[in-house]
Amino acid sequence: MSNLAVLPILIPLLSGIIAALMNRKQRAVRVFSTIMMLVNLGVTAYIGWYVFQNGPVILETGGWKAPYGIILVGDMLAILLVITTNIIGLACVFFAPKSLSEKQESFYFYTFFFMLISGVSGAFLTGDLFNLFVFFEVLLMASYGLITLGGEKVQFRESIKYVLINLFSSILFVTVVSFLYSVVGTVNMAQIADRVQDVEQKGILTTIGILLFFVFATKAAVFPLYYWLPKSYVVPNPVVSALFGALLTKVGIYSILRMFTIIFVHEVDLTHQLFLWLAALTMVFGVVGALSTNNIKLIVTYNIIPAVGFMLMGIGIFTEVSIAGTVYYLIHDMVVKGALFLLVGAIAYLAGTSDLRKMHGLIHHYPVIGWLFFIACITLAGIPPFSGFIGKILLLKGGLAQDQIFIVIIGLITSLLILFSMIRIFIQGFWGEKDESFQPDKPKARAFAWPIGFLVFFSVFLGVGAEFVYPIVDEISNTLLDPSIYIESVLKE
Amino acid sequence: MRTNDVILRTTTTLIAFILLAFSVYLFLAGHNAPGGGFIGGLMTAAAIILMYMTYGMESIKKIIPINFRSIVPVGLLIAVLSGAGSFLFGEPFLSQTFAHLHHVPIFGEMELATAMLFDLGVYVTVVGITLTIILTIANDQ
Repeated sequence: MSNLAVLPILIPLLSGIIAALMNRKQRAVRVFSTIMMLVNLGVTAYIGWYVFQNGPVILETGGWKAPYGIILVGDMLAILLVITTNIIGLACVFFAPKSLSEKQESFYFYTFFFMLISGVSGAFLTGDLFNLFVFFEVLLMASYGLITLGGEKVQFRESIKYVLINLFSSILFVTVVSFLYSVVGTVNMAQIADRVQDVEQKGILTTIGILLFFVFATKAAVFPLYYWLPKSYVVPNPVVSALFGALLTKVGIYSILRMFTIIFVHEVDLTHQLFLWLAALTMVFGVVGALSTNNIKLIVTYNIIPAVGFMLMGIGIFTEVSIAGTVYYLIHDMVVKGALFLLVGAIAYLAGTSDLRKMHGLIHHYPVIGWLFFIACITLAGIPPFSGFIGKILLLKGGLAQDQIFIVIIGLITSLLILFSMIRIFIQGFWGEKDESFQPDKPKARAFAWPIGFLVFFSVFLGVGAEFVYPIVDEISNTLLDPSIYIESVLKE
Repeated sequence: MRTNDVILRTTTTLIAFILLAFSVYLFLAGHNAPGGGFIGGLMTAAAIILMYMTYGMESIKKIIPINFRSIVPVGLLIAVLSGAGSFLFGEPFLSQTFAHLHHVPIFGEMELATAMLFDLGVYVTVVGITLTIILTIANDQ
C-alpha cells in the first residue's frame, strides 16, 4: 500500500506526457485531461481517507531504507494540501477551454498544467531536501512555460523578471542544501532534524536555517522579497494566474512550515521573532499595494501577499493554536485565491476591461458572477460563518495567548483593509446604473460560473463545515509541534 | 555563392559515424564506467547536429524523418513506465532489478538491469530536447 504516496505525483506526470503525445487532437486532450483530473482527485481523496484511518503512508522509493533513498511522506498535512491542489486543478481544467484560445491550448497547455500539478504535489509529499529542490524546479519550469503562453510583449517583459528571481533563489537553494549537507551529512529531512536536535542547533545551523527561510520566502513572496510577484501574476491568462496564485506561493509557505516545525526548532527566540516582524511588514505592504491600484487583477494579486503574512504570523507565534490557524488559513487561502483569480479573469473578460473606473452596473447583466464574487470577498476577509474567519480567529487567539498584541492589531487592521480593497471592486464594478448599451455575453458567463461556483462551494464548506475540518487541522498541528512523530515515522527507530 | 566544402563533407561521414558509435558505447557502459543516458544522448545529438551543419536541413530531414519534438514525451514515457513497472510486482515505485543471462551468442555472460530501460528513457528525452532547442533556434528567421 505504500505506493499510494507516489500516485498523486505519478498520475499527473503520466497524463502530461500522454497529453503531449496526442497534442494534434485538441478536443481529445481536453476530454482526457478532465478525466485524468477527476481520477487524480478521486485517488487523492481515497489516499486522504486511508491516511486518516491508518496514519501516514511512507514510500521508500526503489526499496532503499529511509535515510539512504528518497522517501515520500504522505502525512495528513501533505495529503490535505494535495487534495486541495487537485480541487483547484479540477476547476482550472474546466475553466481552461473557455478562457484559452485554441492556439494557446495547442502549445502544450495541458502538459505544462499537469507538470505543474505534479511538481506541486511532489513538493508537498517529499521527505528529502534535495528532492524538494527538484520538485520546485519541476513546478517552476512548468510555470515558465505557462507564464509565456500566448507570447505577448508584456508577458515576456514580466516573465524575464520572474525567471531571473526564481533562478536566483534556486541557486541559493542549492547552495544552502550544500551548506547543510556539509554540516549534518544528510539531505533526508527526518535525519537532518534528528542530527540538528543532537547538536541543539548551534550557530551555523541557525544561519543555514535563516538562509533557507529566505529561499522559501522568495518563492512565497514575503516582505522584502515580494516585488517580483504582482506584475508577473497579472500578465498570463486568468486560468494560469489562478494556478499560480493558488499554488505557487503556498508551496513556499508549506516548506517554511515544514522546515521550522521539524528541523529548526531549537532557536525559536531568534528565528520565529524574525518571522513575526516580517509577517507584520508583509501584511502592511501587501494590503497597501492592494489599495493602491484600480486594476482588478492587480488588486487580487496584491491580496496574496497579506495572506502570506498571516500564515507566516502563525508560524512565528509557534503554538498549537496558531499553527492550526496557519494550516487552516493555508487551505482556505488556496481555494479562495483560486476562485478569486478565476472570478477577476471572468469579470475582466466579460466587462472588456480590468480597469475598475471603466466598469459599473455589472450585476444587472451577470448576477451569478456578481454574487459569487461577493461571497468570495467576504470569505477572504474573514466574515464569521466563512472559512477565512476560522483561520484568522485561531491566528489571533494564538497571538493574544502569547501577548503579541502588536501583530494582532496589525492583523485586524489588515483584515479590514483587505475587505475594503475587495469590496471596492464589488461596489464600483457591480453596483450602479444599468448600462443599456452594454452587450452581455450570457453563455460565456454561464460557462465561467460553473468552475468558479465549484471552488466557492468548497470555500464555503471549509467555513460552514468547520466542525468536520477543524479536528483534522488540530491533529495536524499537534503532530507538527512534536517533530519526533515525523522523525520516528520516517526513520522507524 | 556556395563554397566548396568537400573536406568538411568527407570528414563528417567518418566523424559522425564514430560519434554515433561512441555515444551508443557511452550509453551502454553507464552502469560500470563513466557514461549513461544523459551523456550518451548529448553525444548522439551532437553527431546529428554535425550532420545538419554539413549537409543542410533538407537532406537530413529526408534521412532522419523524425519530429524531435514528439520523441521527448516518448522518452519520458519510457522512463516513467520503467519506474511504474514495479507496481505490477508489488514493489515500491522505481524499484529496479537485474538478471544474469548465460550462453548468449557472441557475448557469453551478460548482466541485464531494468535500470537500462530508465536510462533509455533519459537518452531519448535528451536527444529530443537538445535537437528541439537547437533546430528551433536554427529555423528561427
